[in-house]
Formats: sequence, structure tokens, C-alpha cells
Amino acid sequence: MAGTAPLTAHAVPAAREVARPANAFAACRALLRRDFTLAWRRRGELFLPLLYAVIVAALFPFALGPDPQLLGRIAGGVLLVIVVLAMLPALESMFRTDLDDGTLEQWLLAPQPLALLALTRVIAHWLTTVLPLIVVMPLLGALLDLRVDVLPVLMLALLLATPLLVLLGAVLSALAAGARRSGILLALMLLPLAVPVVIFAAGAIAAAQSGMPYLAPLTWLAAALVLAIVLAPLACAAALRIAVES
Amino acid sequence: MSRNYLPHWLHWLGSPPNFYRFAGAVRPWLLAAALVTAVIGLYGGLVLAPPDRYQGDAYRIIFIHVPSAWMSLFIYATMAVAGLIALVWRIKLAEVVAMECAPIGAAFALITLLTGSLWGRPMWGTWWTWDARLTSELVLFFIYLGVIGLYNAFEDRRRGARAASLLALVGVVDLPIVHYSVVWWNTLHQGSTIVLTGKHSLFGASPEIALSMLWPLLVMALATHLYFFASILGRTRVGLLSLESGKQWVRNLVAEPDA
Repeated sequence: MAGTAPLTAHAVPAAREVARPANAFAACRALLRRDFTLAWRRRGELFLPLLYAVIVAALFPFALGPDPQLLGRIAGGVLLVIVVLAMLPALESMFRTDLDDGTLEQWLLAPQPLALLALTRVIAHWLTTVLPLIVVMPLLGALLDLRVDVLPVLMLALLLATPLLVLLGAVLSALAAGARRSGILLALMLLPLAVPVVIFAAGAIAAAQSGMPYLAPLTWLAAALVLAIVLAPLACAAALRIAVES
Repeated sequence: MSRNYLPHWLHWLGSPPNFYRFAGAVRPWLLAAALVTAVIGLYGGLVLAPPDRYQGDAYRIIFIHVPSAWMSLFIYATMAVAGLIALVWRIKLAEVVAMECAPIGAAFALITLLTGSLWGRPMWGTWWTWDARLTSELVLFFIYLGVIGLYNAFEDRRRGARAASLLALVGVVDLPIVHYSVVWWNTLHQGSTIVLTGKHSLFGASPEIALSMLWPLLVMALATHLYFFASILGRTRVGLLSLESGKQWVRNLVAEPDA
């Protein structure tokens, strides 16, 4: 406990705060440092999504038979779904602990815009829990006989789709933070938002597999990501206000 | 003074005890009108309208299916507008209305999916296909379930209503994106979707629908609207009673139910 306290956004040394109050960049940097430190202290938990993804990927050949052609044909879509499902449990606790220990109230009181702090949290969350999943994709691809020339497209699609899903998931996680239980509720709420993302990411992978141009769905994903970077933090801030107030 | 009549009346209606009395007075009439129009519409659709040249009598399910589909969208729009009002102006009545819309809308979405599935079996030879309209309706149903689930997951009902209202507004942005991305997806995977466009060209590009089939459809649409208004008034009354159960007007009501 004592180790985490000085790392909150508000524990910037007092002398500096008097000299340069409300520096948004410094606050975001402090928040990133705090989140990374917390993630490092609980680094065992970071392996859980990876373990989940490996287990599910290893179960598919047992369920469908070890035919390399069949596995290679479905590998892209299967890996995409595995990543989406592996992201879900971590999304739920994105704001939960901060709501419980009062950190979110400090966020609301802080002079920095709430949306900016929420965006910083999204970046930290993506880097700590989702990026490792993308890094192990070549390994999982090899398990499922994914064609080597499709792998870069899969990675690129995931690099665009997962930040988008984390941004959308952050809004839902903030909405559900004040609720008693969320677990399956978060999955139910995320499904309608995830459908277009999955369609376009899977579209790029399918196009690459059949040798067709795959750039169009990827650019759609990139456009949606840019839009979400601007809009999702605002919606997330509104949801956090509902979670904290009253 | 007369210019301010409508805003004044709306303001008066926004107060829970006034709304409770108003809704109680209007609801039986709406329900009776819904029943009468439904009987007329169903008689016109199931008895008077001629069988379709290609589909025979199976097409008659549209007199349930199409009004339900319209209602599932109309109720979503109502819920989103009430949710916006609840979020911006914090009006208690709007929160209750938005949250009571969700189960009715979900029921209509479910009816649409089930009747469509029943119709699809003899017509297309399959219960389900991943067509843009079907998928969008399914996603709409899931959004309704998400709104209901989020609302019920909160201890504090007013906070739950505001969170679920925000989710409903997110869904307004999401639904068109889902619809058009599924359209795009279907053009990528050419499949049996042409059959569907044949069905919907009935109401779309070439409205070749006969007047004897059209009027029962429109009467049924009116009936479902009337039913929705009656239902939302009744549900909102109950919702207000339970939300305001500690207030004086509810105590008075319990003490003298007829007053």
C-alpha cells in the first residue's frame, strides 16, 4: 500500500505543483507510471490472458481434428475471436479498483480533463494486457497452421482492432463500474459494439488468405480507431461521472 | 399566456403524481383503441386480404412481423430520446420512461426475430441466415438486453437508469454502423441474400404491394403503437410508484386509493 500511494497523479511534489499547476502532460505521465508500476507488481496476472489464449488455441485442433488445411483456413478468424475473449476479463476491472479506493474521485477533482486521464488509462491498459497477446500471435498462428504470409495482416488487423475494442470497452467498463456485478454483463454489452470491428478485421484476414487486396478493411479500421480515440474518452468520462456521483 | 400553455402543461406532467393520475386516466382508452384496431387489422390481414401469388398464405405473417420490426426501432428511438432527457436534465420521469421502454422494445424485437424465423423456414428453407436485416435486429435485441441488464445491476435505481441511458445512446451510434458493416460483409461473401432482397423489395424499391394488403398492415402498425403507448404508461406508473414509495403522495394514495 505504501508503495503505491506516492504514485498517484496527485502525489507530484508540492513545490512543482505550485510552480506549474495543472500540467496535463505531467499528470498523464504520472498516471502511466503508476499503472505500469501496479501492473509490474502484479505481473503474475498479466500472464493469465496469455495462458487463456494458448489453452483455447490448443483445444481447437483437438475439437476439429489435426487437419492442417482445415485449421489453416479457420485460423485467422479463430485467433481474432480468441483475442477478443481473452481481453474481456481484464476489461471488467479497468476502473473497478480505482472506484473502490477513491482514486476516481480524485480524477474528477483534478484540474486535468477527465477524458484525457481516461485515455491515458486506456493506453496503459492496452500496453499491459493486450499487447502481450499480439506478441504471442506468431506462436499461436504456428499452433493452428496459419499461413506465414497471412500472419502480418493478422497482426496489423489486431494492432488496429484491439485499441478500438479497448476504447469501446473502457466506456462500458466505466458504465458497469458502479454496478454490483458485471462479468457476463460486460460481454453482453460489448457484443453489439464488437460486431463491426470483428467484421472488418476478419474481412482483412479473409481477403489476405484468398490473395485479394486487404487494405480497404484495414483503412476502415484505422478510420474507426481515429474516430474512437476522439469520441470514446468523452463518453468514458461521462460514464465515470455517473459511476462516481451520488 | 396562451403561448406558454404547452410548456406549462409538459412541466405539470413531469411531476410524478400528476403523471400517475394522467397516465391512469388515459391508459384504458389507449388499450381499448389498440384492441379494436388490432381486431380490425387482423381481420383485414388474415381474412379479407387475398393470398399472395408467390407465397400463398404464408406471407400473412407480415401483419405481425413488420409492425413488430417497426416498433422495435420506434421504441428504441423513444428510449434514446427519454434517456438523453434523463442525462441532460435529470428528470426522474424521463429515467423511468426510458427504462420501462427497454423490456417492451426487447419483446417486440424478439417477436420480430421469431416470426421472421417461422416465415423463413418455408420460404427460404432455413430458420436463420446472416443477412444484414436479421443480424441488425439480433444486435438490436442484444442492446436491449444490455440496457436491461445494466439497469438491474445497480443498487441505486436512478444511477442505474442514467448508466443504462448512456448505453442506449451509445447504441444509437452503434446500430447504423452494425447495419452497414453487415451489408458490406454480405457483399464480400456473396450468398443466398438475393432471396431476402426479393422479400423486402415488396416494401422497398418497387412497392408492388396491393392496397388490400397495405391497409391491414398500416392498421396493425397503428394498433402496435397504441398498445406501446398504453403499455409504457402502465409500466411507468408502476415504476414511479416503486421509485417514489417513500414520498407523501404515494402514502396518500395507499391510504385512500380512490382520492
